[in-house]
Amino acid sequence: METTRHKVGVEAVLAAIRARPTHGLVTALALAALAAGCRDERGTRATTLGATPTANVAVSGRTADSTTPVQQPGAPSAGDWALPGRDWANTRYSPLNQITADNAKNLRVAWTFSTGENHGHEGTPLVVNHTMYVVTPHPNNVFAIDLANPDGPLKWSYKPPTDPAARGEACCDVVNRGAAYADGKLVFNRLDNVTVALDANTGKVLWETKLGDINTGQTMTMAPLIVNGRVFVGNSGGEMGVRGWITALDLGSGKVLWQAYNSGPDKDVLIGPRFKPFYDWLKGTDLGVKSWPPGQWQRGGGGVWGWISYDPELDRIYYGSGNPGVWNPDLRPGDNLWSTATFARDPKTGEALWAYQTTPHDEWDYDAINENIPVDLTINGKPRKALLQFGRTGFVYLYDRETGELLSAPTFQYTNWATGIDMKTGRPIEDPSKKTHQGVNVTNICPASTGAKDQQPAAFSFRTHLFYSPGTNLCMDYKATETGYIAGTPYVGAEVMMYAGPGGNRGEFFAWDPVAGKKVWGIPERFPVWTGALVTGGDVAFYGTMDGWAKAVNARTGQVLWKFKTGSGLIGNFMSYLGPDGKQYVAVYAGVGGWAGAVALGLSPSDPTAALGFVNAMKDLPKYSAPGGMVYVFALP
Amino acid sequence: MAGLRAIVLTGALALTGLLTGAAPAAPLRVCADPNNLPFSNERRQGFENRIAELVGRDLHRLVVYTWAPEWRGFVRKTLGAGRCDVVLGIPASSDRVLATRPYYTSTYVFLSRRDRGLDIRSLDDPRLRRLRIGIHFVGDDYVNPPPAHALARRHIVDNVVGSSLYGNYARPNPPSDLVRAVARREVDLAIIWGPFAGYFAPRTGVPMRLEPVTPALDPPGLRFTFAIAAGVRPADTALRTAIDGALARRQADIARVLRRYGVPLVSAEQSLAAEGERSRPTPPPCVRDIPTEATCSR
Repeated sequence: METTRHKVGVEAVLAAIRARPTHGLVTALALAALAAGCRDERGTRATTLGATPTANVAVSGRTADSTTPVQQPGAPSAGDWALPGRDWANTRYSPLNQITADNAKNLRVAWTFSTGENHGHEGTPLVVNHTMYVVTPHPNNVFAIDLANPDGPLKWSYKPPTDPAARGEACCDVVNRGAAYADGKLVFNRLDNVTVALDANTGKVLWETKLGDINTGQTMTMAPLIVNGRVFVGNSGGEMGVRGWITALDLGSGKVLWQAYNSGPDKDVLIGPRFKPFYDWLKGTDLGVKSWPPGQWQRGGGGVWGWISYDPELDRIYYGSGNPGVWNPDLRPGDNLWSTATFARDPKTGEALWAYQTTPHDEWDYDAINENIPVDLTINGKPRKALLQFGRTGFVYLYDRETGELLSAPTFQYTNWATGIDMKTGRPIEDPSKKTHQGVNVTNICPASTGAKDQQPAAFSFRTHLFYSPGTNLCMDYKATETGYIAGTPYVGAEVMMYAGPGGNRGEFFAWDPVAGKKVWGIPERFPVWTGALVTGGDVAFYGTMDGWAKAVNARTGQVLWKFKTGSGLIGNFMSYLGPDGKQYVAVYAGVGGWAGAVALGLSPSDPTAALGFVNAMKDLPKYSAPGGMVYVFALP
Repeated sequence: MAGLRAIVLTGALALTGLLTGAAPAAPLRVCADPNNLPFSNERRQGFENRIAELVGRDLHRLVVYTWAPEWRGFVRKTLGAGRCDVVLGIPASSDRVLATRPYYTSTYVFLSRRDRGLDIRSLDDPRLRRLRIGIHFVGDDYVNPPPAHALARRHIVDNVVGSSLYGNYARPNPPSDLVRAVARREVDLAIIWGPFAGYFAPRTGVPMRLEPVTPALDPPGLRFTFAIAAGVRPADTALRTAIDGALARRQADIARVLRRYGVPLVSAEQSLAAEGERSRPTPPPCVRDIPTEATCSR
């Protein structure tokens, strides 16, 4: 029944899109085959929504407005934002359309909320049932703000007993990338490796599951994804020699359903008969052991600290793994599988279905953890179930998400470590002069370790069929160094120093046409753009800068429509929700920090190699921004 | 034990210092690892704790501790953040701090069970290609101890077993795992910083053999001997001068402490000789955190 009805809606979308000559066919994920779980979530939402004024909001085939009949499986009602990327596909698209290119110039601050924490605020606040949920950096305090009350009082707050020692383990500030909501539960990760589910109404702890030990270098910073009663989480600590994994927990009980490692024997990686990678070099037995010097896979890195997406049509999750462990590449000859790889897995069993490694034997810290966004495209006249990732490598990986075949891989920022990807073999064509070795100085490697884009997620518009992405334009020198010491032991190492790439702008916000494989427009920025993007049904895209500007942009032209200087640099992800008053709001965390913002938190700007070399590129940040965690909410008057 | 490093704890006042009667002098604030013997621990049982006491007593200053694990960022988060005024155990060639005169020079060693009869002294010994070799690794920030690089350069990789220098910090003295791995025959041989081997080898209950690593300077420029000093903030020249004086006056006591802890010592001359033509008068160390006009080595 449901299926039939969706099909009708989908046909309308297809027709509308076919009518657009400039773009290939682009539709939302999961056209006909909406999973049953999606029905559940929307069923719940529909009841709640009854009381909410949603007049001019179009959300799904069920809603009347025919201008934006968008399927966003996993997304709640149009007015809410319950998952990190709003829907299962991580599109970060909000169908709300009150704010438009015409009126965005009138945006103003509606209200603010101080989080009481001064470290970097990544991630996004969530809004469900007129309650905003905020998770702070370590110690990972949680606030539930009652939006239905004009005074915005707290419904509850929760201060977890997060181990203070976890602060010493995190590589890149003590950030948290947010929570996920489903079935009345708010789920988030504590830095000390505890996944927590709270009763979203009361803040009461429903369950806590400890998944790792900080004493071995492990932490958790990512935002969970919840799909059909399963919570997917992963670990951080590739800089500390940990072994990366993704784990599925039962939403009801917190029990571990399965865990898959990103290194080691096939039985640990959950590679079995259903694993069918597209490229030959990824086929074989126990490659997660054989592509390392003996035993080194045990510290193989490959953490899962980015974003996980779900595709209800093919019923699989997608995610990427981090850099290989023990950084010096000379010490780990081999491809070092399954680090820096994108995986498709069965969400029920965890079984791997395909994988693709973006940097075999990574020498530059190009983690593959960036979000993978499933979209349906028509390429060369053929409909393809695609999956798109803006890589840290500087390449945009467009896969067939059914098979793991690479459909195209153009660059989106200046990139010189590889001249391209060999489309036959799927391996990068590397420039030998940009390879790093101990004791050898290598200059001008682009992009720097930060990547041409890091974890801050891109957005996809179901109306313009473009992606909107934050970008970083840094290059780096890698130099053999003098002595340092750790734990009483002298060592030698290499220094990494980063600086602006060609053009001199260290960041950019840009629109990307996935079919043409081309940038449509770009807005250069002084600092790397470290916020996640938002794009709305009003064709307005939002992003922010590390010097504290929140900006609204015409999604079609790239024209900046509005900007507002917040109290601290922005490294969080924009979201939009519908208030109880029927108005569209846009929210984001301010609070500079993270890897990029470490210098604003007190790292000395005179040590250019601090924060793994990032400080050199960010020396002037303290002139523009000071720490301070705050929720900013904007609205039209 | 996890509580050991519950953030950065300020240690209690040293009773010994109180008894000297030199009340007016400000305490000597030392940052150290609370869980890293033979160097230091919270119970002040390490040789760096002893040397700090010697210096404190000499200067009539109380020694007070701020404890923090000596991981990446240790100097920045402690000395750099003003939580203390001195750290011990810094390579004298480090340019992150203003280094005092070195108070000992040690070397990386080959460590093996005596019953294995392994008389390996050189990184070029062909046996290194087939033995199971244990080394410490750091893993982050592109850094690793010199043996890791020397072996990688010789393409000796497959038979190398890494042991994390950070280890499991919930257990006592994590880097000592590597010494125990030798005793338990988990590896045939370890290449390890001398003070770890000198202190923990006798405590395994197994007769062990320690041989200094040669060449001490592995071409093109990888050192295996290091002169070790205390470090102060770059601007604290007066404090450095004071500590230099104390280290000189207490040289004999310090030597006794080092012997008691089994630290393999190399004379400064040996160390310099190893450097051959590279040895020349060392300019003052570079100051990275605070600009200075002095010419310095980079």
